[in-house]
Amino acid sequence: MAQLTKGKTGEWETVIGMEVHAQVIAESKLFSGASTKFGADPNSQVSLVDAAMPGMLPVLNEHVVEQAIKTGLGINSKVNRTSVFARKNYFYPDLPQGYQISQFDKPIVGEGKIEIDLKDGTVKEIGITRMHLEQDAGKSLHDQHPTKSYVDLNRSGCALMEIVSEPDIRGPEEAAAYISKLRMILRYLGTCDGNMDEGSMRADVNISVRKPGGELGTRAEIKNVNSVKAVQQSIDFEVARQIEILEDGGEIKQETRLWDPDKNETRSMRSKEEAHDYRYFPDPDLLPLELSQEQIDAIKKTLPELPDEKKHRFIGEFGLSAYDASVLIAERSRADYYETVAKDRDAKLAANWVINELLGILNKNDQDILDAPIKAEQLGGLISLISDNTISGKIAKDVFAEMYKTGNDAAAIVEEKGLKQVTDTDAIEAVIDEVIAENPDNVAAYQGGKDKLFGFFVGQVMKKSQGKANPAAVNELLKKKLS
Amino acid sequence: MTNLTHMSIADALKGLESKDFTAVELAQAHIDAVAAAKDLNAFVTETPEIALKQAKESDKRRSAGKAGALDGIPLAIKDLFCTKGVQTTASSHILEGFIPQYESTVTANLFADGAVMLGKTNLDEFAMGSSNTTSYFGNVVNPWKGADGKDLVPGGSSGGSAAIVAARGAMGATGTDTGGSIRQPASFCGIIGMKPTYGRCSRWGVVAFASSLDHPGPFARSVEDCALLLNSMAGHDPKDSTSAQRDVPDFAAALTGDIKGLKIGIPKEYHADGMSDEIEKLWQQGMDWLKESGAEAVEISLPHTKYSLPAYYIIAPAEASSNLARYDGVRYGLREDGEDLREMYENTRAAGFGDEVKRRIMIGTYALSAGYYDAYYIKAQKVRRLILEDFDKAFEQCDAILTPTTPSAAFPIGENEDDPIKMYLNDIFTVTANLAGIPALSVPAGLDANGLPLGLQIITKAWDEETAFKVGGVIEEKAGFTALPQTLAQKAA
Amino acid sequence: MSMDKKTVRKVAGLARIKMDDAELETMAPQLSKIIDWIEQLSEVNTDNVKPLANVVSIDLPLREDKITDGDCADKVLTNAPEEVQNFFVVSKIVE
Ligand SMILES: [Mg+2]
Ligand SMILES: [Zn+2]
Repeated sequence: MAQLTKGKTGEWETVIGMEVHAQVIAESKLFSGASTKFGADPNSQVSLVDAAMPGMLPVLNEHVVEQAIKTGLGINSKVNRTSVFARKNYFYPDLPQGYQISQFDKPIVGEGKIEIDLKDGTVKEIGITRMHLEQDAGKSLHDQHPTKSYVDLNRSGCALMEIVSEPDIRGPEEAAAYISKLRMILRYLGTCDGNMDEGSMRADVNISVRKPGGELGTRAEIKNVNSVKAVQQSIDFEVARQIEILEDGGEIKQETRLWDPDKNETRSMRSKEEAHDYRYFPDPDLLPLELSQEQIDAIKKTLPELPDEKKHRFIGEFGLSAYDASVLIAERSRADYYETVAKDRDAKLAANWVINELLGILNKNDQDILDAPIKAEQLGGLISLISDNTISGKIAKDVFAEMYKTGNDAAAIVEEKGLKQVTDTDAIEAVIDEVIAENPDNVAAYQGGKDKLFGFFVGQVMKKSQGKANPAAVNELLKKKLS
Repeated sequence: MTNLTHMSIADALKGLESKDFTAVELAQAHIDAVAAAKDLNAFVTETPEIALKQAKESDKRRSAGKAGALDGIPLAIKDLFCTKGVQTTASSHILEGFIPQYESTVTANLFADGAVMLGKTNLDEFAMGSSNTTSYFGNVVNPWKGADGKDLVPGGSSGGSAAIVAARGAMGATGTDTGGSIRQPASFCGIIGMKPTYGRCSRWGVVAFASSLDHPGPFARSVEDCALLLNSMAGHDPKDSTSAQRDVPDFAAALTGDIKGLKIGIPKEYHADGMSDEIEKLWQQGMDWLKESGAEAVEISLPHTKYSLPAYYIIAPAEASSNLARYDGVRYGLREDGEDLREMYENTRAAGFGDEVKRRIMIGTYALSAGYYDAYYIKAQKVRRLILEDFDKAFEQCDAILTPTTPSAAFPIGENEDDPIKMYLNDIFTVTANLAGIPALSVPAGLDANGLPLGLQIITKAWDEETAFKVGGVIEEKAGFTALPQTLAQKAA
Repeated sequence: MSMDKKTVRKVAGLARIKMDDAELETMAPQLSKIIDWIEQLSEVNTDNVKPLANVVSIDLPLREDKITDGDCADKVLTNAPEEVQNFFVVSKIVE
């Protein structure tokens, strides 16, 4: 359902299309052998090709092409058998060649779609217009000197996938869901690390507003939107700005605006105002990229199970709730962890432990599941001990805490600390007898009809047995002895 | 001792091997010849120290029995090839002082075979020209003189290379040919020049003019020498995505002289308007020589010839406008400051580029700009396909095509300057082979009435340089071209 | 005349070449003449002809994804007109 915004003159509908730039996971750049690692010394990851020295020529990275094919398939889009690298000509100091090698009328990936999950439980399809490969630009630093800008070309030439959506997005929540879903898919595929802080994923957000169902309005393009939160905030700001202008009888200027995360506002980019004429033409240093159907099919076979499929399988196979399933599939590493824990065990119990205990403590300590001190097989061991009544759920929490601290196996901890559940009736009976002997008043009261006291006796027995007594056995024996 | 600067490369290699002279002696003789030819302004940068150092090493290698295919041969390198540690300018102010930290593949190949570098030769700025008058470092003078002693152009853009080889200042040279820039100066200077198949010689490290048309290639004074040089220059280069993975044949071995039964195509459209009788006659003479040797003449048609130059003058400037965008004053080369960054760019490029380069950048920018792209750029590319198809069809009928190389002999410096189009027409016979990417060889075949050399061009199928060399060898032999530029002839006398 | 002064000024701007009025005056008729001469291409029937961008009949070669280059800031910066701490330096960019 479209989210509408109330203005002075009535309701407005927001129309959004996104261009997401995702840096391809690869060792080296799109057209050169320089490293793509983040955070190196200035101009240390620059080859003579990246610096556009005279006579330097591009050679395409095979792995990047495979990554693009994978991504195209992963976003349910058509992989084009022929694509062409074109030059996009413009001058900028962080663009050494004076052109960006990109793809124009023949991108490597064509139309497709992805599904986004909305808070109200509905699923919406967002159309993908295309995805193409292109070179990243370098970086200009403006705050190092009062009158100078400093240029670092380390990023120059890194491979980017530009994923362009249809204007199907209707508000900040959908936009956030879209970029989150895209990020999730790319991370599943291993084609982009989705690290928005480091700029491996950036969004340009095209926003316009219109009266519900009316003609499309003039759009503004917001650049430099670097987090899911910023996507939402920039849309909120921009929608309010546009509605105010329109309601005051003004017109929206088609322009490029910059999101300023410090001031929480978008502002016009003066330098980009000049009408662009990019003079695209096929790069004569590169020939068309031809892919065989066999090659595409072979890559298709290597695709991992994607988030949506996995979610449905978790619900069906493990009987999880949609909510639990979506928590578990949010990261491929998380889902893999869960599956290892759940294998041949109580899957629902496993889900509870992963979601409530493990993710809880990891979150608190800001840790990734890949660095969890308890490995999946170990947590599985703990679940097994619960399921076969070796320990109670309560003891299990203490064991879990110990495992987290030491990295030891559950069985070893249980053994070492003597936490095994006591199921021996004689032993339990002895404890019960002790408790009855110590609490004659309560025994009398219970027998006089105060049923609620039963819990008190259970508690006392458990306490005396340091939680090790099997609760079912305690219940049964207590009932017998007290009757 | 033999005149070391008048020998062929093939003979020099024999002389070096039999210790008639050393590489150092050979280099020194050429360094002296270069000094004597100073007036030609053939070099932007002379590198005698490098030549002597390389020659010394060459002599050592040869004594150790490790001499390469061109060991000790002094060559001139067009200043469009980036040479590690040696200024490379493309004859442009914008690259003045630029010292590459890398060696172009072609020059690296030559040096790996033992060649010796005498220096970097002057050219039309960014290889844009047919007269070598657009160089920031002054025009090159042809060693051949006009009837009245007038200074003539050496042709362009590889004018310095052609002039110095003709003046016996280098045994051979590298050039690049985008529309005729090897063959036209070869013809004007009375030497051999070969533009091989596109993809045969790597473009890596060669300052780009028009990427889809740029062809590195050799100059020499004999067809055999030219073949030897190409052998060394050619080969697959993984750094150039348009370099073909093909074996390099022994081109010199193709010079069998046996052209019996070969079909030689004569394109009827090449009888251009106003072609001089002299050239017409020379062309006929060339065909007669081939027939005498057992070849057969076939009339062929290349119907789109007329449109090759206009198509070229869209495609080449379009690519150039983009290729030359990197000269912005940020990372290397000239910088002219301005009020802001944009002004810095505009000032730098205004000061750094000469008029002809500016004209071509402007034409190319215009042809690619919104609203004109289809009408100019796409149209030119379609015409380019038709030109390629013309050749495909022609080669169903013949093995090689014979044409004049140029519509005239070398002209006086300053002529044709007022009218760019008149200058462009110099390449009318050569440019088609660039558009089609096929091999073409220019061989001096005679002198015009003023005693100036004229060349004939042999064009063959893609990857068939061997037939071009073979046919060229026959013309060379029949023509017996031994005339020397007047400057040298006088000295000799 | 196909390229007037205004067009030439716009194209010079796109190409980032400063041209004063006098240069625009000289350049406009020169370029127009060249463009007019190029116009003869319109005589050629190119219906159903596919544009040809490159003649070499090979497949686009692909490179293995390995770090084989970079780590040569000295080489990259050695010809720089202005450089500070391994950065290229230009006048302040206004955004
Ligand atoms: Mg964009
Ligand atoms: Zn982009």
